[in-house]
Amino acid sequence: MVAPPNTSLHRFALLTAAATFLLLAAGALVTSNDAGLAVPDWPLSYGTWMPPMVGNIFYEHGHRMVATVVGLLTTVLALWLCLKEPRRWVRRLGLVALGVVVLQGVLGGITVLFLLPRPVSIAHATLAQLFFCLAVSLAVFAGPAWREEAPKAVDASSPPLRRLSQATALALLAQLILGAAFRHSAAGIVPHLFGAAVVAFLVAWTARRVLVQFAAQPELVRSARMLAGLLAAQLLLGAGAYLARLGSAESAQPELFYVAATVAHVAAGGATLASSVVLTLWCYRRVSGPGESIALASTPQRATI
Amino acid sequence: MTTRKLLGSATILALVLLAACGGAEKPAEVAEKPAAEAPAGPPVDPATAATVTGKVVYKDGKPQPNRIRMDADAACAAMHGTPVFSHEVVVNDNGTLRYVFVYVKEGLDNRTFPTPKEPAVLDQRGCLYTPHVVGVQTNQDVKILNSDSTTHNIHPVPTNNREWNTSMPPGAEPLVKNFPREELLIPVKCNVHPWMKSYIGVLKHPFFAVTGIDGTFTLKGLPPGEYTIAAWQEKFGAVEQKVTVGPKETKTVDFTITPKAAGD
Repeated sequence: MVAPPNTSLHRFALLTAAATFLLLAAGALVTSNDAGLAVPDWPLSYGTWMPPMVGNIFYEHGHRMVATVVGLLTTVLALWLCLKEPRRWVRRLGLVALGVVVLQGVLGGITVLFLLPRPVSIAHATLAQLFFCLAVSLAVFAGPAWREEAPKAVDASSPPLRRLSQATALALLAQLILGAAFRHSAAGIVPHLFGAAVVAFLVAWTARRVLVQFAAQPELVRSARMLAGLLAAQLLLGAGAYLARLGSAESAQPELFYVAATVAHVAAGGATLASSVVLTLWCYRRVSGPGESIALASTPQRATI
Repeated sequence: MTTRKLLGSATILALVLLAACGGAEKPAEVAEKPAAEAPAGPPVDPATAATVTGKVVYKDGKPQPNRIRMDADAACAAMHGTPVFSHEVVVNDNGTLRYVFVYVKEGLDNRTFPTPKEPAVLDQRGCLYTPHVVGVQTNQDVKILNSDSTTHNIHPVPTNNREWNTSMPPGAEPLVKNFPREELLIPVKCNVHPWMKSYIGVLKHPFFAVTGIDGTFTLKGLPPGEYTIAAWQEKFGAVEQKVTVGPKETKTVDFTITPKAAGD
């Protein structure tokens, strides 16, 4: 039996994912304003929970406040899942999310206390994107659509759509790491530009495959359209952010247009990665894998998905 | 609890402790102990000491200065009744450059010089660093003040000395630091107010100067000899000239900095 959807839990998971998206933007504001070390101590800020919110302290402490909210939301979500979610793997995923958000907080603390060591800063930026994907995935799993049983579409093409969407998600993740490395001055722009070309090709290929071969799968079509749209926006934002960076190189401080373009680029990058992860998840839910029996979709073993 | 869970918990705890125990000083990749010195050379004889003087001319007109926006901190903005501009490139009315660090780069061989007892002072005043460029000798104290009614953090970013980042709220006690290794030049920034930048030049000897409102410099007390004099500007880099001074001699060395030529 498929358990009835828990609407409140689903909404709470969506809220957690939305708050995490805001946290991504808040983190990007810190980097873009060069505010990462505006508060020299951690976990307190200037020895208190609420320092004067002046200058770049506003961005750094604001980031910490949003992170605290996301940490609390994730804790509640994990507990809620433990208490009410019948699927063991979803409960476990909730606990994994809780572990990741704690680790992410510790990484953030290490970046402050050890004065922005580049590997840790890049790891912090990357884990932020991965945690956002985790939060979005939990929202998908908690939703009613995921619980609906539907026959899986047959995929006899090569490479299989599941593999293609996986490769796209991994390429997007690598691209975000290259972007973080560029932002933290650990790499030049060329690898990031090369990565943009690779992900553009993979996203276009994946989206085309979905729209042409799996047009009858609404979740797949929706996810593919969102992915393609976000990527197009992301490419434009990336070009804008780079031009803004060049344009503000002579400025005495980070200019508003540079900060806005960079934050939008980072946040849209997270949304693009998350949408590719969602598409991959739906590929596993609605498309048969190589050698997989279609009838398996309605067997009791699959009833708890 | 299984072994795996125990290991996982221990790892997280270790990370938290590692983070919590870390100070705001970056572990330097180099040891703080000064490198072994060569045998000391002869002391400078004041009776034969020479002087090198000159000015630093900017050869590209008068560039438009970058305006600083202090509206992110009302206390900073309130301290200035007129627009404030960046000190990155300041061309004086006589066409000379201000805030150029001029120093003896080569020629002193293995002479050693006592560390001055008087500290150099770096003040945070009007949400700007005063002075914008300052020189010190290795191990000489730098006394850092916060004369403002707002919070600053002071954060030098050296490559050859220990990095640190310390907050200085209004009314904070002066902070006294020093740099044990020679380094040209250490950027200093306030991460709270991203327009605040300063540079500290750390040398083993006292033959350095920073150009002021007339763009001139004077290096006094030099032992007779042949020297390479360098003039460093934060945006345009460094230019060098060789000069030979005899006993009690005063020589003039003028530098010309153009955006294209400097730093080549």
